[in-house]
Amino acid sequence: MSKALKIKKGVDKGLNDLLEFLLKSKDIKGIFALKKMNENGAVSYSLMTSVDELKKATPLHPLMPVNAGKVLSIFSLKEATKEPVAAVLRPCELRAFIELVKRNQGSLDNLLLISLTCGGVYPLQSLADGNMKKHLPPYWESLKKAEINPDLRVTCQSCEHFIPYLADMTVATVGKKDLDKECTILLNTTKGEDYAKDAPGNIGSEEMETAETEKLKKRREEQNKKIVEDFEKEGLGFKALVKTFSACLACHGCSYACPICYCTLCDFDSKTLEYSPQSFVSELEQKGGLKIPPGNIFFHLGRMSHMAVSCVNCGMCSDVCPVNIPVATVFSRVSLSLQDEFNYLPGKDVEESVPYGVYKEEEFVEIGEQ
Amino acid sequence: MSNEYVPRIIGFLCNWCSYTGADLAGTARLKIPASLKVIRVMCSGRIDPLFVLKGFLKGADGIMMMGCHPGDCHYQKGNYNARRRYVMLQNILKILGLEKERIGLWWVSASEAPRYAQVTHEFEEKIKKLGSNPIQEEIFL
Repeated sequence: MSKALKIKKGVDKGLNDLLEFLLKSKDIKGIFALKKMNENGAVSYSLMTSVDELKKATPLHPLMPVNAGKVLSIFSLKEATKEPVAAVLRPCELRAFIELVKRNQGSLDNLLLISLTCGGVYPLQSLADGNMKKHLPPYWESLKKAEINPDLRVTCQSCEHFIPYLADMTVATVGKKDLDKECTILLNTTKGEDYAKDAPGNIGSEEMETAETEKLKKRREEQNKKIVEDFEKEGLGFKALVKTFSACLACHGCSYACPICYCTLCDFDSKTLEYSPQSFVSELEQKGGLKIPPGNIFFHLGRMSHMAVSCVNCGMCSDVCPVNIPVATVFSRVSLSLQDEFNYLPGKDVEESVPYGVYKEEEFVEIGEQ
Repeated sequence: MSNEYVPRIIGFLCNWCSYTGADLAGTARLKIPASLKVIRVMCSGRIDPLFVLKGFLKGADGIMMMGCHPGDCHYQKGNYNARRRYVMLQNILKILGLEKERIGLWWVSASEAPRYAQVTHEFEEKIKKLGSNPIQEEIFL
């Protein structure tokens, strides 16, 4: 049971009230959240410092134009923000940010982290199709009933980590039947409690995990099983892998959109792994044919070896793919088995090191001795 | 010449233990499989997973990684890092659709020439049974 701030307003309005209160009455100097860009439902992450600007904020809008973890890391890269900032972001974005902090790509200092029990987001395509407005009412309806909305991102439909870790405040949305009338914000840390003092609304208490969140978790587990089964129907193995990635344009959009791929110069964009003219010749002599430019599968497998252990399954890679390759589905199969192997959940604990570069002497002892 | 299938095996050997062990095997005139092409690296921790993946995509039938026994690494912890990367590579091989037996990690010290000869022969036998790497025929890569 943790303390909760209850505001007698719709969840959208209630959260905006709290953000406005933080900006006006506390030492928070900026709000980092989604902002409405036009009437068609386009949004963008923004840093807002004035109350006027904040009126356009729509932190709970079910779209993810970019993984916020990546954006937060951009402005806390060299040092923590000088003034305290409140950031509203989804659980997977928060986990991605934690993974970046572990890699010295950002700082948690001076940040008030506000997250939510997440119902998922729509693919960016629905914005391009102009369907975003139509999607909003059913989104909130399915959230109230803790059901999976079938139009959501595939990764969101099967996400089991929709309750945030390490957030100071959590907006409860999943399974809240009175979403339109009451906004419940759980205060998970003492920092969160301090900031919510004297805020509009009453302080009560609330459970983070309810019967409704359990229900959603179960449903998503089932959905996950179904997605994996559907994917495996295509067949596993090398042939299937080549088939899956045969449409790949090598635009590397998946790596640019990935919050974990933080390198300023990717190995695969550099000259390091470039094909030399001689290797074309030798490969042609062997095979009699060659795809040009080569290296598609190598790029995906190589990227996998770099980031899969920290993959938070946010689904940005699938979403930005111009040829609709289910990148996230392929990657999550590897990332889940790897995370299981190293007993590691990315973004859960900022003190826990990334599995590569650390080791335990007593693990995998049978390897190498045969 | 016989028509026996000769696999293509790449060995990444650490400079301080396994490469010296291989050298000793040569001095002792132990027979080593001709299918094994050795690449010397300064430490098993230097074996970038990309080396291994590229090896397989270029058509290697098997890849051996060798380093100092745990606790004996010239750089203290390079072989422990290699061990974790090896676990990661096995998981990626699964999605690549290759048998995980095509890659192996062994600790071979500078004095273990007979062990070096033994594990390389055993690995060659295993690869011969598995047959050639199906990626060799694939043009779309």
